[in-house]
Amino acid sequence: MSSIAFEPVSARRRRVDKLARGSVAVLTAAALVPLVLILYYLVKQGIGAISLSFFTTDPTGSFLGDPGGIKSAIVGTVLMVGLAAVVAVPVGVGVAIWLVEFGRGSKLAHAVRYFIDVMTGVPSIVFGLFVYITLVLAGVGGSSFAGWKGSVALGLLMLPIVTRSAEVVLLLVPNALREAAYALGAPRWRTVFRVVLPTALPGIVTGVLLAIARAAGETAPLLFTAAVVNATAFNYNDRMNSLPALIFQNVGQAQDRLVTIAWGAALTLVAMILMLTLIARMIQRRSRLS
Amino acid sequence: MEAGTITPAGERGSALHRSPAARLPDRLLKWGLTALSVGVIVLIAYFFVRLVIESEPVFKQVGVVHFLFSADWVPSKNLYGALPLLVGTLITSVIALLLGIPVAVATALYITELSPRRIRGPLTVVVDLLAAVPSVVYGLWGFFFLIPKLQPAERWFADTFSFIPFVGGVVTGPNYFIAGLILAIMILPIASAISREVISTVPREHKEAALALGATRWEMIRMAVLPYARGGIAGGAMLGLGRAIGETIAVTLVIGNAAVIGHSIFQQGYTLSAVIANEFGEAASDPLHRAALIAAGLVLFVLTLGVNAVARAFVMRAERGRRAAHTPSGMAA
Repeated sequence: MSSIAFEPVSARRRRVDKLARGSVAVLTAAALVPLVLILYYLVKQGIGAISLSFFTTDPTGSFLGDPGGIKSAIVGTVLMVGLAAVVAVPVGVGVAIWLVEFGRGSKLAHAVRYFIDVMTGVPSIVFGLFVYITLVLAGVGGSSFAGWKGSVALGLLMLPIVTRSAEVVLLLVPNALREAAYALGAPRWRTVFRVVLPTALPGIVTGVLLAIARAAGETAPLLFTAAVVNATAFNYNDRMNSLPALIFQNVGQAQDRLVTIAWGAALTLVAMILMLTLIARMIQRRSRLS
Repeated sequence: MEAGTITPAGERGSALHRSPAARLPDRLLKWGLTALSVGVIVLIAYFFVRLVIESEPVFKQVGVVHFLFSADWVPSKNLYGALPLLVGTLITSVIALLLGIPVAVATALYITELSPRRIRGPLTVVVDLLAAVPSVVYGLWGFFFLIPKLQPAERWFADTFSFIPFVGGVVTGPNYFIAGLILAIMILPIASAISREVISTVPREHKEAALALGATRWEMIRMAVLPYARGGIAGGAMLGLGRAIGETIAVTLVIGNAAVIGHSIFQQGYTLSAVIANEFGEAASDPLHRAALIAAGLVLFVLTLGVNAVARAFVMRAERGRRAAHTPSGMAA
């Protein structure tokens, strides 16, 4: 048997290889440090604030004594994000359907996709400014700051996320399914609603949940659209509190009692968002597409 | 009509010959969705126009060049020079890139090339979870944890390496570096995700060829993976930069909010986004101040637009190259 003489890898090359692989692993570990630290601190500082009354009372806003709970902020966040989702999801998915099913390859589709990309890149605070200019300053609906205006800002933020993720999933729906539906005589709208959308549904839901998670954590666009208040509001034309805005305001106060509330609110918010994110990932994993 | 072709079924006619009324839902859907999509374009255009119109008073008062390049931001004296804000935005973003991108690329390399298969999934999820933490929580954490805990280290660094430009001197609690560090953590998930995506598309043949030629794992990464993925990684970095420029609340809490140009990275400053978030309340009664803040928003908008356009060009070119490389060897994959 003739053997091929392999030059052994030189010691220097082996050292470089080890060193490089080691530093890559170390940097990866370093990336995990902040997450661990943040979660640890959140629980450590926030858990003390949490009790039943924390969730069932509004912030009192009084300078001394009992600072109250965060009920109004939770209600406000849920209401505003909910309304934003109700508007942004159908529009976002609609645009995605148009991009994939009707506009594919056209110049207009390129333009629309470009503008959706632009929207993704717009800083959230600029959305807030825009809504402030067009709705708050103008006093639309007879109110200055209002919950529904916060929803508009959040909806603008969610729209591109929903569209982009829905478009990706719709593109994954096999063409054979569409052709089969057409061959059976189904009109286009029926194909879209009965074949394409159900197939893509898990993926779309994942995108929607991630968009909701993103919107729920946004502070900047809410500060000058829905403002910060203490009382719980159910009327969308009133000012509404929200968890992120409450946290931001309390940190600015630099009072220990309020900071504790902020940590508790942050823990609540992160728990809500992590739950949404994990559910989204689970649905994604179960989906047959992708 | 010949016998044998499809005959109309009942009175409603063949499915192949739908009446105009039956075709109506299709057309409604198509034009409805088209209108919706065009609406998005109109909205963004309107958005831009309104920002320009509303910021006009300040540009008229002080001039565009003066607004961008003069360093005095004193709203009480009607002085609106946004240079300290612009500088703050750029410094913090650059720090974020310098700290964040190497780590992002390393995690992407580790997850795709080096890690044991079993921890690949969980590791990906954990890195992505960083994106789920809200901006205000990063700010809260930065304010109460990073600022006090890092101050001794920053002091030591500033003293020891004071010969490096923009490092020595006084160290303030909130400063550019802390803001940049928080931004680095915040852009990590997006930059890492895109790098991962690009790296995972490096053709297996390239990697195997490198290994077959006797390359070590690292040499394989350096010679086959990184050159192939370079464009996409740059695109991911630019997208991260776009995020960093626009990030508001976390930065507002840790930058110090002083409208000055700090002498080193350990001194406090201000950014375009932070000034908007902070001064909006007091600007409500002063139209010029409000216009100045909206102008700051406009600058922010244009900056992110430019950065994202470059990012998209990078990513698109990387994708096109990938497709070209994939077509001939598509079967092997």
